[in-house]
Amino acid sequence: MTTVAAPQAPAELSREERRRLSEATRAERRFGWLLCAPAVIVMAAVAFYPIVYAVYLSLQRYDLRFPQQTHFVGLSNYGVVLSSSIWWRAFAVTVIIMVVSVAIELVLGMALAMLLYYTPLWRGLVRTSILLPYGIVTVAAAYSWQFAWTPGVGYLAGLLPAGSAPLTSQWQAIGIIILAEIWKTTPFMTLLLLAGLTLVPDDLLKAAKVDGATTWQRFTQIMVPLMKPAILVALLFRMLDAFRIFDNIFILTKGNNGTGSVSILGYDNLFTALNLGIGSAISVLILIAVAIIAFIFIKGFGTAAPGTALERR
Amino acid sequence: MTAVAAPAARTARRARAATQPAMPARRKVSWGAANAITIAWTLFPIWWLISLAFKDPTTLTDGSFWPQKWSWSNFSGIFHGSAFIRPLINSIGIGLISTVISVVLGTMAAYAIARLKFPGKALLIGVSLLIAMFPLISLVNPLFNIERVLGLFDTWPGLIIPYLAFSLPLAIYTLSAFFREIPWDLEKAAKVDGASQRQIFLNVIAPLAAPGIATTAILVFMFCWNEFLLAISLTSTNAARTAPAAMGFFTGVSQFTYPIGSIAAAAVIITIPIVIFVMIFQRRIVAGLTSGAVKG
Repeated sequence: MTTVAAPQAPAELSREERRRLSEATRAERRFGWLLCAPAVIVMAAVAFYPIVYAVYLSLQRYDLRFPQQTHFVGLSNYGVVLSSSIWWRAFAVTVIIMVVSVAIELVLGMALAMLLYYTPLWRGLVRTSILLPYGIVTVAAAYSWQFAWTPGVGYLAGLLPAGSAPLTSQWQAIGIIILAEIWKTTPFMTLLLLAGLTLVPDDLLKAAKVDGATTWQRFTQIMVPLMKPAILVALLFRMLDAFRIFDNIFILTKGNNGTGSVSILGYDNLFTALNLGIGSAISVLILIAVAIIAFIFIKGFGTAAPGTALERR
Repeated sequence: MTAVAAPAARTARRARAATQPAMPARRKVSWGAANAITIAWTLFPIWWLISLAFKDPTTLTDGSFWPQKWSWSNFSGIFHGSAFIRPLINSIGIGLISTVISVVLGTMAAYAIARLKFPGKALLIGVSLLIAMFPLISLVNPLFNIERVLGLFDTWPGLIIPYLAFSLPLAIYTLSAFFREIPWDLEKAAKVDGASQRQIFLNVIAPLAAPGIATTAILVFMFCWNEFLLAISLTSTNAARTAPAAMGFFTGVSQFTYPIGSIAAAAVIITIPIVIFVMIFQRRIVAGLTSGAVKG
């Protein structure tokens, strides 16, 4: 197996050693940079330049209705956003959706991963059906949920007491958004957990069984500890993904009745309020929130940043 | 090391399943029940769309889970005129072009990451992961403004370029995981025979990497096909609006009827390629999504 691992990159080189790098090594470096250059240029142009530009815009008064009045206003856009109850309500809704959906997905995803791994029957069929929600266009799935809960159209709305319109009530609508999110993204969680599950040695489980460990003990004492890196990475991926939830809410409620996430708020500020300055301040704040979540995970829980895991191999 | 271990474990599991004595009927029933519940859970929202799409327009609001009166009229409705055909062409075109470019650039970068020694490699991996985790909404504001100035707003390149940037991390990540599993002794042999880096890349590695490249292409295409936020933010007409974005702009028979049938039919149409991909390439998709992610 060690033959597969890439040879270790040389440690920091002294100036003298660097001068002695052979021509072949230098050619390899140049070729490496050359191969990566186009990808780096595209990513820098579309992701990094706009972020810098967003920070710049967020410091301006920039209203698309009055573009000639654009001027520098310092941090006042951030003040406007952070002192607004609308931002904090959207933030709370986003966090609730993120926490509840990811928590349920973890349990459900673990169960499905076990099912995929251990089921003796219909393995291909189960795998296909679990992959379908992952692949389906979020908007298409969101319309399915919307129509299902629309009174007079849907089969699910018919189960509720007459006269109720779940998508127009704040908490019921948030519940439906969470349901749609769970349905769509549990498969991704399942696959990440499945990857961790394949790393649990069968012999260890068998030995524990011989020693009289119950199924639950084997799960909590052997599987979960061994799967911890996979679980943490799955949680990190899904939390960052859930924090930027947009498609499901946009289709299901358009963010009405207090169901909007921070992404919906940012979108509305640009395309309804036409305020680029405020919208950009919201964009930057969302980015900061995402960075904080990632930081907590990587520092607090010791989640190996997936990049470093890739490097180590 | 574990990248190699995983398929081995899978093979072992299959061998074990084959040698096991016949399962007791009770266990079979409980596994079967668990499978059936899972399949029902994943399929019922999809079936509901199919059911709505095939309902006769007069029975759309009967709330029945099964069409009482089957009809093609919702489908013929959306293929009449250009309200859906044009966005569908946009979706296919933008998806295919983005996929081809992204896979080519991703293959180059992933090969370099997997096989070559050069400074800045770790930074590149870190940065591309950062981009994969970016909240897209943070880029909508600046991209909207930049594209208006550059004249890219509401054009194919205006969507293709951002899609490239956001699918490249996925492509680089998945491909470099695949590239690590290629038997590199072949590369050494080619080197001994005097092939250049470039020749090794094109004649030895690329053909071996083809399955990984195909998997990545599917994942990237699915990403572009699915994308919604940029598709509604960076377009304003059917010149570049993709199918998911166009569905929200469908109009009913009169302005007071909500076009449920048309939307359901369009949703079924854009789901068909996904179902085909999943059925044909399920193993590959699972491998592609899990290989890069957690093993290390």
